[in-house]
Amino acid sequence: MEGTTVLGRLTWQPADVTGVVAETPRAKTIAFGVPGWAGHRAGQHLDVRLTADDGYQAERSYSIASAPDGTRVELTVVRIADGEVSPYLTDDLQPGDQIELRGPVGGYFVWEPPLGGPLLLVAGGSGVAPLMAMIRLRAAAGSDVDTRLLLSSRGWDDIIYRDELERLNGNGLTVVHTLTMSQPPGWAGYARRVDAAMLAEVGPGPAERPRVYICGPTPFVEAAAQALVGLGHQPEAIKTERFGPTGS
Amino acid sequence: MPPIISRGFRGRREDAPPGRVPPGQYVTRDFPVLSAGPTPHTPLERWDFTISGEVDEPRRWTWEEFRALPAEEITADIHCVTKWSKLDTVWQGVRVDTLLEGIETSAGYTVAFSDGGYTTNVPLEDLTEGKAWVAFSYGGEPLQPVHGGPARMLVPHLYFWKSAKWVRGLRLTAADEPGFWETNGYHNYGDPWREQRYWGD
Repeated sequence: MEGTTVLGRLTWQPADVTGVVAETPRAKTIAFGVPGWAGHRAGQHLDVRLTADDGYQAERSYSIASAPDGTRVELTVVRIADGEVSPYLTDDLQPGDQIELRGPVGGYFVWEPPLGGPLLLVAGGSGVAPLMAMIRLRAAAGSDVDTRLLLSSRGWDDIIYRDELERLNGNGLTVVHTLTMSQPPGWAGYARRVDAAMLAEVGPGPAERPRVYICGPTPFVEAAAQALVGLGHQPEAIKTERFGPTGS
Repeated sequence: MPPIISRGFRGRREDAPPGRVPPGQYVTRDFPVLSAGPTPHTPLERWDFTISGEVDEPRRWTWEEFRALPAEEITADIHCVTKWSKLDTVWQGVRVDTLLEGIETSAGYTVAFSDGGYTTNVPLEDLTEGKAWVAFSYGGEPLQPVHGGPARMLVPHLYFWKSAKWVRGLRLTAADEPGFWETNGYHNYGDPWREQRYWGD
């Protein structure tokens, strides 16, 4: 059975902000040191809790973007203009600050090298975060398992982890971008929303029985998962993680 | 240990009526979605609902038979473990009591099972006496597949993962059998008012 995560209570733990890096105009990666962090599996998420000075609290869940690495945990947060928590995380947090985390959570949307591949990773925007944890773990473990990442972003400057993905491309990892809203001059790549034809070209096809992980906004995940089922992929091989409203 | 204060954090503080929003939740007007896999699309002519397991005789309803059962409108607040709550949602559905009418069982637990392989466990007493429904309509419209249509469980007093989407039946069991999320780190019972999100809460 997959899914033996953490036994015992997940308690709130103080986390020290050790770094804040802008990934795109809207997304920042915040690195934390969490003393006593029990470790996590690539693809899991955690809960963040903020407390105002009068005791008011707000909690949100974020996917962990970093590969398991001791007590270090990284989150990539997109600033939602009318959001309650993300503007504080992206605008206000500075190295040296402390917030509270608890986790890791979730034993289903995970990949570890012994599970093997091939892998088809499909991400919309910041949905790339848990998939990046898998890609980073794959690289750290020296795995060369056939892995395709199809990442849909609005434009070139909106691609999260763009430089790191370029560095990691190769050795069995193929990174494919589609830019849905704007493309730089001379762009020869995909310039439309993810569809069945694109997924068929990116591969691996259903005959190779890839493990599929899709993460992104709900309409994105719905469309990609439906297209993959239509191409003949087994629904049981497709794991999804969704965020945001349904748009309906 | 007292919580860490985030200087300058104020929060949005929805003016929700007092006592309506469980700890750690925020109110949303959207209807977000949490599913582990692709959305199944089962044609109504192939849909049925069964009650099986520890029963004198299994029961089965086709879609037509199910829709002919007495149904009611339900207005409920729903609470997702991913932190959103949605107030005053309006559903139509068939009470689980109606489906269990005349069934002899010694079971203390249930497992709801769904298209796509999803399962979730709920004590039988949490589904009876007007606490749970099999819902087929949301907001006056047929329930969309992305939200669990054609029919889903509606168990509003527990976190919403207990309200299985695309439900096809209930298996009544003598022993408690943890379902999909319950074996993947989430709480076995899931009471939002006691913030039973994860194992050990």
